[in-house]
Amino acid sequence: MIDLHGFGDQLLQGAVVTLELALSSLFVGLILGLLGASAKLSSFKVLRWIAHGYTTIIRGIPELLTVLIIYFGATSVLMAIAGVFGYDEYIEVGAFAAGVTALGLTFGAYATEVFRGALQSIPKGQHEAAIALGMGPIRKFYRIILPQVWRIALPGLGNLFLVLLKDTALVSVVGLDDIMRKANIAVSSTKEAFLFYLVAAFMYLALTIISMVFVSYMEKRASRGLIRG
Amino acid sequence: MDFSVVVEYFPRLLEGAWVSLQLVIVSIVLGGVFALPIALARISPVAWIRAVPFAYIFFFRGTPLLVQIFLVYYGASQFDVVRESFLWPILREPFWCAIIAFTLNTSAYTAEIFRGAIQAIPQGEVEACKVLGMTKAQMYRRILLPRAFGIVLPAYGNEIILMLKGSALASTITILDLTGMARTIIARTYTPMEIFLAAGAIYLLISIVIIAIFRQIELRQNRYLGTLSIKVPDKG
Repeated sequence: MIDLHGFGDQLLQGAVVTLELALSSLFVGLILGLLGASAKLSSFKVLRWIAHGYTTIIRGIPELLTVLIIYFGATSVLMAIAGVFGYDEYIEVGAFAAGVTALGLTFGAYATEVFRGALQSIPKGQHEAAIALGMGPIRKFYRIILPQVWRIALPGLGNLFLVLLKDTALVSVVGLDDIMRKANIAVSSTKEAFLFYLVAAFMYLALTIISMVFVSYMEKRASRGLIRG
Repeated sequence: MDFSVVVEYFPRLLEGAWVSLQLVIVSIVLGGVFALPIALARISPVAWIRAVPFAYIFFFRGTPLLVQIFLVYYGASQFDVVRESFLWPILREPFWCAIIAFTLNTSAYTAEIFRGAIQAIPQGEVEACKVLGMTKAQMYRRILLPRAFGIVLPAYGNEIILMLKGSALASTITILDLTGMARTIIARTYTPMEIFLAAGAIYLLISIVIIAIFRQIELRQNRYLGTLSIKVPDKG
């Protein structure tokens, strides 16, 4: 057995934080992705422009830089907003909140494209049939469009989640106690860098494998009504 | 916000951008060279030859680039054997450690792209080569690889952009690339937003240039097809 010098449970705690961060960012990113895709397909030019600007900028700058910008920027933005309301104490944005914001924004930008493709692949007849049945836009979206979009978008979203899982490591740079930072702490006290980074790598691999199994289960579930030729 | 600080430190940011570009260019070229044999081994009919590149690709695609960089930079120096070997002058330098980590990483992704492209070539063309009596080497050199090169371009362009963005991680091992330079400037001026936004704009600009270059190469490479739209599923 490998000797982890008692840092084993520290690393496991880090894994829990990594998972929490990944799942929270996934949630934020999915909502942003759906909003972004709707905006891109909207008939309002302004909305299309905003969505286009969002995806271009986020996809064009490094994730690490996004994390740093949000971490350092959120404080000054929030303090400026609070200042308007007459509150002038120091506001600190934690690493977790900054991480969820940054990774959620990143996931959302890529998910926008995935959802856009899926939304566009729903035949027009489906919309017309739903309207003919007397459904309003919201009910049509929930009952008819979203379940089909979900099935088409899942493989793409699964890939994005794997990228997201690995990007969580970047948030350790601004001090989140995830796998990576726990490994750093272990390294600085034991000087066994290779061992601990390798263990960290295999923890990420394990999370990746679990996610892949889960995504393929979801894919099967989402297409259960589908007859394959 | 006060953007005069950006004007003042702009030359330093450009210096950093040049380091980033060097990292990307060297690791993309080396990664491409390694990726081809890995991809060919990955589609070998022999099971144990396939298994090695599979494990390699799985490890490098399944773990964060940050871990890989730390493994090379901090991890390698843990061993006395490494510190006493002729490799130490290279492994001591953060720049070369970043190059090693990036190259290992990008060659795993690129190998998958190459494999997809080689397998996307219609079986009939392979059969035609065999009918003409080509050896396996001739078939690859004359038909399969040039064809694969055309198919690979859009996905390869994505990979270069991802590498450009990944190169920002070099700043975590004290390299003064664009992000590293930005962080150094901020430590002195304490204007994080202005400098980080300027750095982001430079990355964005470089990405746009890379995308434009690839569109041109794609147009040239695939001109015999008469259409532009060869769809290769990108890696999301």
